[in-house]
Amino acid sequence: MTEYLVHNKVRLALHLLESGGETQPLLILHALGLRAPAGIEAPLDAWRGPVYALDFTGHGESTIPKGGGYTAEVLMGDADAALGAIGPATVLGYGLGAYVALLLCGARPRDVMGAILCDGPGLTGGGPAPGSPFLPAVNPNAVVPPDPWALAELARDIRPEDYATNFLRQATQFSELEHPVTVCAGSRPPWLEAVACEPGVKCGSLSEALDEYGQA
Amino acid sequence: MSQATLEDDEIPSYPGAFAPERMRRVNAYGLDIAVYEWGDVSAPPVMMAHGGFDFARTLEVFAPLIAAGGWRVISWDQRGHGDSEHAALYSWDADVRDALAVFDSVTYDPVPVMGHSKGGSLMLVLAEACPHRVSRLVNIDGLPAGARSPDIADRERIRLMADTLTNWLDHRRDAAGATRKPGTIDELAERRGRMNPRLSKEWLRHLVTVGARRDFDGWRWKIDPALRFGGFGPWRPEWTLDRLMAVRVPMIGMLGMIPEDMGWGTKPDDLRPYMPAGSELFVFEDSGHFIHIEKPDEVSKIVLDFLGTP
Repeated sequence: MTEYLVHNKVRLALHLLESGGETQPLLILHALGLRAPAGIEAPLDAWRGPVYALDFTGHGESTIPKGGGYTAEVLMGDADAALGAIGPATVLGYGLGAYVALLLCGARPRDVMGAILCDGPGLTGGGPAPGSPFLPAVNPNAVVPPDPWALAELARDIRPEDYATNFLRQATQFSELEHPVTVCAGSRPPWLEAVACEPGVKCGSLSEALDEYGQA
Repeated sequence: MSQATLEDDEIPSYPGAFAPERMRRVNAYGLDIAVYEWGDVSAPPVMMAHGGFDFARTLEVFAPLIAAGGWRVISWDQRGHGDSEHAALYSWDADVRDALAVFDSVTYDPVPVMGHSKGGSLMLVLAEACPHRVSRLVNIDGLPAGARSPDIADRERIRLMADTLTNWLDHRRDAAGATRKPGTIDELAERRGRMNPRLSKEWLRHLVTVGARRDFDGWRWKIDPALRFGGFGPWRPEWTLDRLMAVRVPMIGMLGMIPEDMGWGTKPDDLRPYMPAGSELFVFEDSGHFIHIEKPDEVSKIVLDFLGTP
């Protein structure tokens, strides 16, 4: 079942992949250029609550806006719209979605009941500092998702280490969880390496993270 | 409604303000951008980028002075501002791209470029990303201070950032149905006066008539209600300062030294080490952030001298 949410001028597709009511919802945030999965597989099938997956702006069934302008922060707004619809949830992000999950966990520390950061496209972003500026050209006739502006802009989204750790510290300062963030990703771009070294962060497997947050 | 309120049909004029001589639209990757021109269409072009929460017609005094010097001044409303389309997404890079679409509508040759505040910083990015499109650069109070914020305890800083984020996300949740508050010309001028406390009431009233639209229930600023002041992000002032050192075209900068909320608080001594070789910095001790509006004659003279013979 798909529900459509409104985030500013964008219609976002939020997919319910699995019903269940024994614990809080799990919200899946996809990687750059991908879309919400069609279903869930192990170890997600062990989650005892409902499982939702969001299509970010410009991806999947969500609106492709005109003229680009993507930032990870506006995708945090996408994820927050989902949180507003489903209530407090554990957030599982892949690649770009992992970075967005961290931002959301810092910005809504009482509503994100654990952020799980996993590998996937878009995990690195544009690195910790800007490189030589350039204006990307994209195919203006592309009409199917993902939006080529999303691919071009979110692949060079700047992610300084201390910017990422500020979000993490907000999460640890205001969350009720002992470990509000779990890093499952094997790849460690600078922002994620910095986050993984902070107090309040656990590194482990996806199964362990789901098990811990599912008991919370 | 106060006694001093202007009636809607009493549209004020402002001495020295001239409406653009030409207005047109540019399609910037699907987004509709409003473009304005002052001066003879056959005169050499000079581009001008406005600051954040401004719009091109805030140049109605300054731009005609440059045009009178023999230039064709081209400006545009950035996405979400003035008469340009309200976008779903806003970013620095997108603003630079939109600007380049406007440049493309004028010429592919290098042109002199001016920018105020955020517009000045945008044009610095453009000058580095596309150095072949810029022949001279004028930055009007759009250069950041390199100094970090005063020391505050880490936990306090985290709390301040948390409040900013919560407010921003709450605003985003409500942005879809948001509209600007309607009012009379005087009421809108008074509201804008909080952002522009050094600018005259007459000027602010004039801005309402060119930057707001008249609806059945009053005037409303045209700017996208989804946009809001302040915010957060990974941007660092030193990144812009690094860009500054990369500039390889003749450049002048101007700083207004009287502090105000919209200003950047940049000190000349903080900036000078980063100014490119051969550039010049003009410091206005008796002006706030909107130097070209407070001192249009002085600023236009400096700019015209710098631009040289058209």
